[in-house]
Amino acid sequence: MRGCVALFTLTILSGCTGVQSALDPAGREAGTIARLFWWMTIGSMIVWLGVIVLLIYSVRTRAESFTRRKARIMIVGGGVVVPVVVLTVLLLYGLAPIPAMLAPAPPGSLKIAVSGEQWWWRVHYLPPGQAPIPSANEIRLPVGEPVEFHLESPDVIHSFWIPPLGGKMDMIPGRKTRLVLTPSRTGVFRGACAEYCGASHALMAFSVVVQQREEFAAWLSHQSQPAESPQELLAIQGAHLFLANGCSACHTIRGTAAAGVVGPDLTHVGSRLSLAAGILPNDPNAFERWIGQTHDLKPEVLMPAFHMLPPEDTRALAAYLEGLK
Amino acid sequence: MRARNTIDQLATDVEPLKSAPPEDVQAAQTERLLKAWKTPTGWRYWSAVNNSEVGLWYTAATFFFLLFGGVLALLMRIQLARPRNDFLSAEVYNQAFTVHGSVMMFLFAIPVFEALAVMFLPQMLGARDLPFPRLSAFGFWAFLLGGIFLAGSIFFNAAPQGGWFMYPPLTSSYQKGIGPDIWLLGFSFIEIAAIAAAVEMIVGSLKCRPPGMRINLIPLYVWYVLVASIMILFAFPPLIAGSMLLEVERAFGWPFFNPAGGGDPLLWQHLFWLFGHPEVYIIFLPSVALIAMIVPTFARRAIVGYTWIVLAAIGTGFLSFGLWVHHMFTTGLPGISLGLFSAASEAVAIPTGVQIFCFLATIAAGRVVRSVAMLFSMGALVIFVLGGLTGVMVAIAPFDFQAHDTFFVVGHFHYVLIGGALFPIFAACYYFFPLVNGKQLSEKLGRVGFWIAFIGFNVAFLPMHVTGLRGMPRRVFTYEAGIGFDALNLTTSIGAFVLAIGIGVIFWDLLRPKGKQPYSERNPWNAGTLEWTQEMPGKPWGIRSIPEIDSRYPLWDQPDFIRDVDEGRFYLPDAEEGLRETIVTSPVDATPEQIQRLPGPSFITLIAALATGGFFVFGTFHWWWPALGSLVLATGVIIYWLWTGTGLIPEKHEKDAGLGLTLPLYSSGPSSVSWWAVVITMLADFTAFMCVIFGYFFFWTIHDDFPPANINGPGVMWPTIAAITLLLAWASTLLARRWNRMDWPTGFYAGIVAAVVLALAGTAFLLAGPWFTRLDPTSHVYSATVWILVIWTAFHIVIGVVMHGYCAARRIARRMTARYDSEIVNVAVYWHFVALTVVITVAVIAGFPLLTRG
Repeated sequence: MRGCVALFTLTILSGCTGVQSALDPAGREAGTIARLFWWMTIGSMIVWLGVIVLLIYSVRTRAESFTRRKARIMIVGGGVVVPVVVLTVLLLYGLAPIPAMLAPAPPGSLKIAVSGEQWWWRVHYLPPGQAPIPSANEIRLPVGEPVEFHLESPDVIHSFWIPPLGGKMDMIPGRKTRLVLTPSRTGVFRGACAEYCGASHALMAFSVVVQQREEFAAWLSHQSQPAESPQELLAIQGAHLFLANGCSACHTIRGTAAAGVVGPDLTHVGSRLSLAAGILPNDPNAFERWIGQTHDLKPEVLMPAFHMLPPEDTRALAAYLEGLK
Repeated sequence: MRARNTIDQLATDVEPLKSAPPEDVQAAQTERLLKAWKTPTGWRYWSAVNNSEVGLWYTAATFFFLLFGGVLALLMRIQLARPRNDFLSAEVYNQAFTVHGSVMMFLFAIPVFEALAVMFLPQMLGARDLPFPRLSAFGFWAFLLGGIFLAGSIFFNAAPQGGWFMYPPLTSSYQKGIGPDIWLLGFSFIEIAAIAAAVEMIVGSLKCRPPGMRINLIPLYVWYVLVASIMILFAFPPLIAGSMLLEVERAFGWPFFNPAGGGDPLLWQHLFWLFGHPEVYIIFLPSVALIAMIVPTFARRAIVGYTWIVLAAIGTGFLSFGLWVHHMFTTGLPGISLGLFSAASEAVAIPTGVQIFCFLATIAAGRVVRSVAMLFSMGALVIFVLGGLTGVMVAIAPFDFQAHDTFFVVGHFHYVLIGGALFPIFAACYYFFPLVNGKQLSEKLGRVGFWIAFIGFNVAFLPMHVTGLRGMPRRVFTYEAGIGFDALNLTTSIGAFVLAIGIGVIFWDLLRPKGKQPYSERNPWNAGTLEWTQEMPGKPWGIRSIPEIDSRYPLWDQPDFIRDVDEGRFYLPDAEEGLRETIVTSPVDATPEQIQRLPGPSFITLIAALATGGFFVFGTFHWWWPALGSLVLATGVIIYWLWTGTGLIPEKHEKDAGLGLTLPLYSSGPSSVSWWAVVITMLADFTAFMCVIFGYFFFWTIHDDFPPANINGPGVMWPTIAAITLLLAWASTLLARRWNRMDWPTGFYAGIVAAVVLALAGTAFLLAGPWFTRLDPTSHVYSATVWILVIWTAFHIVIGVVMHGYCAARRIARRMTARYDSEIVNVAVYWHFVALTVVITVAVIAGFPLLTRG
């Protein structure tokens, strides 16, 4: 498992071109849109080259041979007839997928509530008939099933976007929006906030893991469990420091006294693929940096930096958090 | 022949004088005209109001802001050249992109169109100047002050950083500094200047055309300017209304966009894009207009498809108001809206295509002469068409779900704006420069500049489309390495600098000293349109004598045209009284109606702009008392300006305009330019009001109970009493106008006094409604909206009362009489709009709750 996580992390940080690409679709919706894109691009290139050819022809042609009739054909044909035909076809083809994209997921589908907050993602899995399972900054999905996202924001407008899976949907304070995505292959992808939401808008990403149904179910069941108590000495110290330094005022670690709700739920933070909303790898060193240099890493973020802590305390905290698998 | 007796004039073409006036007469005329139109020298130069001076300053200022915005872009491109770069901090980068977008839109793209129009419109219309030269100057000074305030804020790290679109709640509750206030108030100030310019353009192109230039002979540039100016009238008010609501929310906590108080951030998006989308066409159309002037000249033939182009321009203007929702495709709209606005957005491609193919047909039907202006025009076409095609793509809602708010869109609209505006403007620089200072630009430098800029542009912006679809969102100050963005961004950054070098070459050509270079010959391109009658260098009078036009290309089609103009064989060849004059004609047939006296140099415009600007600048810092002081000062200055400079009673009723035409020197009502200006201004004002009304009903649609059940106000009684009282005030105003015209002073004064008393009482009654029912505007958006409607109406009534007082004072001072009555006529027009505002306000705030509560 650890090796797997390391591999995933490596993929996120250095990895291949496709993790955030809409042109490398891994979902039904993204596939539809990518196909639409390629057809429109081919059409656009034909029209564009056609206009350039006409321009060259217009410059070269002899004025005498360009009759009024030709002029009328050019204006009416190029300006009215061709656009009307092309656009009608395009609208029929391009708008056809809308109803399917906007339809709610079938009953019994997995629902996930995601709240965009400056600058991280609050996630609640809502499995049918169970209590919500909190998480943050990472989305895991079973392959081949439609998933319905319930999107909202308590502060400013964000936009929830996983390019390889489908289009984006805004998260608007005071409103609830919905997005249905259907992943079609397993893999690790990357999502990002697409609506400018303040200083660290650029630093608001998340990892997306599409898994087989059984893997996903096992993972989700683990996520619903409280955190395991730390075993190593350093981590045990860290657990004390977490409460003593007031981290618990904002963060929840289920199974401990930490029950703050301002910031991300950290119950299984060590098992996530990245830290701080997709901007750091998940390793002890990154935890230390995040705790001590919070605002260098993410300007204007609400979390105060704990640079006053002695290095050994920071190390202990990092060891504890990293161990929360 | 009397002016009104125009049937004969239309039937028989008026010919210029058969023989030139004697040389000594011509010399004396020239001397008097030059004296009347003399540009002030020394430090008084800055009091000039002549369109050639103001237009030049205006253009220079917009070009300065273009460079400023460009430098910001380069800084951003350095930051984005590498992943995880730390050249700019997040805070500075966010200010940079906000200011870049805002500057390019509000301080370059729109004002440059107004600047060029101020500079060239009179020349194209064979007019001596625009109808309100001081208004142009005021607009320029307001623009300059506001622009410096806004652009300068970034040097104090105080610039807005909410993006040029300023979405709340980020810009309302989550940005505490004065950045958003600078944006909201600074741009409102500039928008008001833009509307002033639009009024000038509309009245100028409708009423200041040369005799004979019927509606089908109007130069295409003027058509486009007319369409774009009318669009400004209806497009800017939504933003002004929205900015007002957002600023009130920031300053006083009225929750228009705050869901906690029943508001909705989406209202801002509707208002913003109701402005923002037409705005793109307000930028695009006047730039196409430049191409429409350049292409026929270098194709050596008249434009093909004149009527098609005019109808297409008007069609584009109309359609552009029905597309705004395509900026909101990802806000969770129902499918029917997505489909409808996708289709509407695609429809714009049709009039746009018509215009492009008309130009191509003109090129094909003519013999093309090579020139830098033509090179830029063709480059513009190539770039713009690609931008248009990616526009067709993003207009398809499902594709927009992916492309929206990514670098794909950034690439798309830079193709549209640089191809559709910047390149045409550079083409115009090369084409029109001789009209500015009599010298030509270098064809060689122009060609070099073009190719560098063209290549740099494509290297910079073509890869952006891919960057966006690989998942890079817009407005990010940095990005992750190794996920497909690195090489593309580096390419874009390199291209940006190449583009900058190309633009640098062009600017060098514009600015390089040209002292030793000989003056250009007259009409160097052998163009056919009126502006090329200008001498090299130009004279301040605009045109030596105002011609009779009977062709779209008079220099090609009317024999000896330049000679006839020069020798004063047409209208108004003289300035006998030493005053600035131009001819006012009817809007459709351009039948001469009046000789309009135009004001000369004055610093009052600068002072008025400073005072008005003070209100907005002090308001930004929430220094309410200095702001109020500035407002009072501005009111005083503007009244002084009006009192001393407008509605002047001429020394005689009419005068000889030449060619046997005698025209009145004064008119009021629909034949006067001031009446048109009032109507047009009030249309814009009324549009802003209707946007607030739209807000009321928008809130109604999103709430189950609106008005909320627990809020009882403003009731029916007070608003109804107010409406009756205020309608009586309106009626009294009309009676005052009537009795003034009947030359019954007692009746006039009685009408004015009654109107004032009724208006003030009505205002009190109007405010009494929400006051006595204790509507708390900070508690719920319903109360806030009722209050804002009431205050808006009350404010307009108070202005109307000031106008009553002004009319009474004019009459007392004998500056207004039964015959010379444009003041009270125009004030009555204002009061028509006030009456309409009152009726709608009361119907909504008092009547609508009755309906919803059954």
